[in-house]
Amino acid sequence: MQPARTDIPTRTVSVINDYRGLEGPLLPILHGLQEEFGYVPQESLPVIAEALNISRAEVYGVVSFYHDFRKHPAGRHVLKLCQAEACQSMGSDAVAAKVKQALGIGFHETTKDGAVTLEPVYCLGLCACSPSAMLNGEVIGRVDDDKIEEMLEVIRA
Amino acid sequence: MTLTIYIPGDSGALALGADKVAFAVEREIAQRGMDARIVRNGSRGMYWLEPLLEVETPKGRVAYGPVSAKDVASLFDAGLGLVAHSTHPLALGDPQELLFIKKQQRLTFARCGITDPLSLDDYRAHDGLKGLTKAVGMTQTDIVAQVTESGLRGRGGAGFPTGIKWKTVLDTGPGIQKYIVCNADEGDSGTFADRMIMEGDPFVLIEGMAIAGIAVGATKGYIYIRSEYPHAVAVMREAILIARQQHVLGSRILGSDFAFDMEVRVGAGAYVCGEETSLLESLEGKRGQVRAKPPLPAHKGLFGKPTVINNVISLASVPIILDKGGAFYKEFGMGRSRGTMALQIAGNVKHGGLFEAAFGLTLGEIVDDIGGGTASGRPVKAVQVGGPLGAYFPRELFDTPFDYEAFAAKDGLIGHAGIVVFDDTADMLKQARFAMEFCAIESCSKCTPCRIGSTRGVETLDLLARGIEPQKQIELVTDLCNTMKFGSLCALGGFTPYPVMSALTHFPEDFKPHPVAEAAE
Repeated sequence: MQPARTDIPTRTVSVINDYRGLEGPLLPILHGLQEEFGYVPQESLPVIAEALNISRAEVYGVVSFYHDFRKHPAGRHVLKLCQAEACQSMGSDAVAAKVKQALGIGFHETTKDGAVTLEPVYCLGLCACSPSAMLNGEVIGRVDDDKIEEMLEVIRA
Repeated sequence: MTLTIYIPGDSGALALGADKVAFAVEREIAQRGMDARIVRNGSRGMYWLEPLLEVETPKGRVAYGPVSAKDVASLFDAGLGLVAHSTHPLALGDPQELLFIKKQQRLTFARCGITDPLSLDDYRAHDGLKGLTKAVGMTQTDIVAQVTESGLRGRGGAGFPTGIKWKTVLDTGPGIQKYIVCNADEGDSGTFADRMIMEGDPFVLIEGMAIAGIAVGATKGYIYIRSEYPHAVAVMREAILIARQQHVLGSRILGSDFAFDMEVRVGAGAYVCGEETSLLESLEGKRGQVRAKPPLPAHKGLFGKPTVINNVISLASVPIILDKGGAFYKEFGMGRSRGTMALQIAGNVKHGGLFEAAFGLTLGEIVDDIGGGTASGRPVKAVQVGGPLGAYFPRELFDTPFDYEAFAAKDGLIGHAGIVVFDDTADMLKQARFAMEFCAIESCSKCTPCRIGSTRGVETLDLLARGIEPQKQIELVTDLCNTMKFGSLCALGGFTPYPVMSALTHFPEDFKPHPVAEAAE
């Protein structure tokens, strides 16, 4: 269920309070917000700016710089496919093409039913068991047709 | 006596089903009512054998691999190496006797894959904390002198002498806040040494950072780990808590008057944050944009304070240098590349994994002899050394010894020692285009050659692929690479020309138009 948008500022303050004692607290706060909401809500940005005494533009600049921070909630599952060189050498292109075809979406997209968000990732450090993937934080190596099918089953369940 | 069974918790092993194996082993132990425990060790780095299960027997360890969950019952039936004359198809014998392990010189990775990563007792029992114990009894100048003497150079890729970096920070004087920052933003494809050591032997990194802190007078350290490494983040965080409880960290390190503590910070998916000044910006909570140098981080680093920023492997190599002395470490290697390097053999290769050895092996020995050629069984076409910013080497250059200067002389770099093998199906124009595309995606956008050059590079290579005025495109790309190489602020824009130009130079046939293939489009 989506959180009622009215409570975003309150919950944002609570996350900020967890980290504001740190040196350079902005990234930990943004990670904390993404954990809390599943994304970094637009409504949180002025609250952060106020708390850290920086401009909204600065906060927005940081959020938009990093690939990890989402502006919208992701699907129920997040599937990341490594597209970096070691995985390329073992056919990551073909894996990506098959997964895209099966899900009917491209990278950075979420299926209409909200089941899964598909993302490219540039290296999971699993380069000696390429091609690799990460489904909801679980790592998967030597991705082949069987493993693609297993991942799709998890997503469809 | 309790039987100990080792099943790696390393994420490479997890990616190949180690958790399922551990679950199956647990079930067998319960069903058979055995007195046994499971230790989730790190990986020894032989990924074609993962999950590698090991059993502690009275005669030493016995290994089995690659084990899948369905093999587990049969391993128990065969006696788990405890019964004389019993064999199993997956039995590998003593893991230390496996050629891949035997041929290595493991200094930094001496414990990785052997010990329980989160047992400080185990760490101590395997020579851990000896370096730090010596360091607390030495002068700061002497510690720095040992590191300088060892010839250790930055293992992150730049190869800058670690001792000189430390001396610069030490010389900024006492009484000011200084920092130790560990660069664990291991974003280069083909590299996983940082991940392996953090997951497999986290205390060695903590020990190295504590020594660095004592040496330069810094009391606070940060490990900046990329978010793509959640397992490494979890292990490091837990290890820091344990180290703090047992006074390896804190206000009185090992009972001395030295204070040092550290925390983990997690990146947010920006490759450029592996560049040291960009990483510092990110730690400060800013966009990860590169800083112009000077000032050097050693003078004005994190929050403007003197900062030692080193790669994971550099810092993890420090404990053994302090334990055995700079002269011992220096004995390994060739030329100005001293000590050992954690080679990471990856991609389309039969025996992929981590191979720590003294500098000086040739690329051919690494790829053909140690790596065993391609996984696909096809001929090796190209080997990219040093990550996405490293050059593609053809077989003709396989006699190049693994050494900072030797690789530079062949217009390449060893970088973080990632070695990615490609077979003859690789399209080098496509690889060159990817290098430009990756630079465009990951550019911090501060300097024009990198921001604009990479995008123009993609467009130009696309025109070349379509056969539109090929000669003109090649000239343009060459000129563009020249501008990026000399005009970019950091290695992202500055080194992207390495993969592009090496592909173009060594594999010109891939850059010629393919009229037949194109006509079918």
